[in-house]
Amino acid sequence: MYIQSAYAVSPQGSFNELLENPAQYRGDRLTCKEPDYSKYIDPKLIRRMSRIIKMGAAAAMECLQQAKVTMPDAITTGTAYGCLADTDQFLTRMVEFKEELLSPTAFIQSTHNTVGAQIALMLKCHHYNNTYVHRGSSFEAALMDAMGLIGEEAAQTVLVGGVDEIIEKSHAILSRFDLYKKEGSTETLIGGGTKGTMAGEGAAFFLLNGNREEGSLAKLDAVQNWYKPTVPVATLIEDFLKRNRVAAGSIDLLITGNNGDARYGGQYEALQQSVFKGIPSVTYKQFCGEYPTASAFALWMAAHILGTGQVPGVEGPAPKRILIYNNYKQQYPSLYLLSAC
Amino acid sequence: MSKEQTVYIGGLGVISAIGNNVAENLEALVSGRAGMQAMQRLQSVHKDTLPVAEVKVSNDALAELAGLPAEISRTALLSAVAAKEAIADAGIELPAWRRGFISANSVGGMDKTEDFFPGFLQDAASGDLKMVAHHECGAVTEVVADALGIKDFVTTISTACSSSANSIFLGARMIRQGLLDVVVAGGTDALTRFTLNGFNTLMILDQEYCQPFDENRRGLNLGEGAGYVVLVSEAVAATLNKKPFCALSGWCNANDAYHQTASSPSGTGSLLAMKGALKKSGLSPEDISYINLHGTGTQNNDIAEGTAIATLFEGNYPPMSSTKSYTGHTLGASGAIEAVYAALAIREGLVFPGLRLQTPMKDLPFSVTTVLEKRKIDHVLSNSFGFGGNCSSLVFSRAAFNHL
Repeated sequence: MYIQSAYAVSPQGSFNELLENPAQYRGDRLTCKEPDYSKYIDPKLIRRMSRIIKMGAAAAMECLQQAKVTMPDAITTGTAYGCLADTDQFLTRMVEFKEELLSPTAFIQSTHNTVGAQIALMLKCHHYNNTYVHRGSSFEAALMDAMGLIGEEAAQTVLVGGVDEIIEKSHAILSRFDLYKKEGSTETLIGGGTKGTMAGEGAAFFLLNGNREEGSLAKLDAVQNWYKPTVPVATLIEDFLKRNRVAAGSIDLLITGNNGDARYGGQYEALQQSVFKGIPSVTYKQFCGEYPTASAFALWMAAHILGTGQVPGVEGPAPKRILIYNNYKQQYPSLYLLSAC
Repeated sequence: MSKEQTVYIGGLGVISAIGNNVAENLEALVSGRAGMQAMQRLQSVHKDTLPVAEVKVSNDALAELAGLPAEISRTALLSAVAAKEAIADAGIELPAWRRGFISANSVGGMDKTEDFFPGFLQDAASGDLKMVAHHECGAVTEVVADALGIKDFVTTISTACSSSANSIFLGARMIRQGLLDVVVAGGTDALTRFTLNGFNTLMILDQEYCQPFDENRRGLNLGEGAGYVVLVSEAVAATLNKKPFCALSGWCNANDAYHQTASSPSGTGSLLAMKGALKKSGLSPEDISYINLHGTGTQNNDIAEGTAIATLFEGNYPPMSSTKSYTGHTLGASGAIEAVYAALAIREGLVFPGLRLQTPMKDLPFSVTTVLEKRKIDHVLSNSFGFGGNCSSLVFSRAAFNHL
């Protein structure tokens, strides 16, 4: 299975920007740098769409354009929070206007499948379309579905994405759960030794292809994720590598989901002293922030590292094999194994 | 039937406005008793104008049935009650197998969030955070997965009104892929002011009791509930004391790609979903003994779905009905509740009558069944179509278990 193309609307403008001069953020969150939507979406639609829909649609369209594919065989989307801005708008008006004088637009766009549905609508794509909404494994579920469709030969190309947005009210509520640093900085986020992380958001889409096409970025060798495992994560990782016949020493680069929260960083460090020992590693949440579908950003970054042979912030030979390890809220460990193609 | 492994339905569980378990639901379907009435539990300014199909059990009583705390989302409580019934019905020793819980919902813990919100809008530091802890759709699923002790695979699908049809076929796919042995699959949704007002702004709610597939239909009534099936592999089926009587033989997910909420006049998505599901099951239209319609009762759905059926079944229409005339439209739960009814139709040899039909739709060459029909049912086609053009159809087939 191959990642033919990958595009992310994220707090970083592009992969090149990430290589040359990554955008830095201060405070408690990172915000997406939004593209010129008129390149991708009809202006009439742009006005109606909320931000998450535009980000998702733009990422999907750019992905298809890069792959020169006009009609994917399936579309799968993962989002933990769904269309927060539309949900908030409808809910707030409903409370303030006491259930009277409401307009349907925000409600219509508040359903969790709106991003995937709008992409289908723009493409006039009548094919398989599914949306996963399972917290820290929403993107993984969408990807598993996509890989399953290709494995079943029900599809050759699948457009698969992970999208989540921050809005003021969701950020205010999540902040009350003591998740974020008060005065964070992306430059010192990882290893800064203080509690809390920085909130992030993004929309990353991929065109998966069962075959290797000209210009494919990477081969996706294996993906696995777990829900609240009782077995130690180190054991899960060892088993994963064994099952996929990969010696830890043959991995050129490890990308970890350490989010800079000192309360949990030790778990990533312990693995780097054991199962991951000796593997060169980088982190990614200083680039995109922490959010439930952040692993989609890591996969986008890994695909482009393999495609270009360059690692953000690191000089050296081009990696041929990458392992991504994320463990959102210590409940949803996930592993992605990719190689150059 | 396809040459691939048969995925059997090992157990059923349901809670809806017409009953708190499978037996009560069946009894209501047989006796033609609808579940909608004036709003009793939901607090809304529309309580005197918009009838709804509420589950007639308080959160406290549901919590008791579910063995969960009463303060969690009603969406989770309904889910736990129906999922537990399905597992008990299957009589299965879950820990022996690789097992999954695939649920679906459209609103997650919105019932709690909408109570939290007025205070929060006044003061962003106020409100009990426990009320938003299960806001996410996935959080509702996890409460139940944890209560059931399922963790090999847990996920949540949300494609509006087709959500739980998708969760059911995903379970079957994962069994055929050899990833899981047993999957408890279905969906849940509780009534909320959010959804009630949302549908009300679309002007598709009927102020009277809905009349699906009637020429003078006015819209839908919202309902609530949950439904689950226990999907089992051939190997698991062989170990069950109560041998499965039916299997999920076909499914298809297609997109109408016409409008965010409205269906295309030709019912393109519906037609693709039904055709695809028949193809997957290896059946022809004439093999279908009963269609459980999506049949919401809106002008738009019923003509689009009806047109697609007229195209596919041309001249050879099986009996069909919309059980939403009993349960209201239960959104993310509807595909799964109707999957349970499809299985019951096969088991009991019954076509459940549509209620309140007065004038059949003039533009359709067929009409829905209005009297309880006793007949052998071999294959049921069940439709679930939603916002975003998401259309899914499932085919359930009689399949007396034998050692293949």
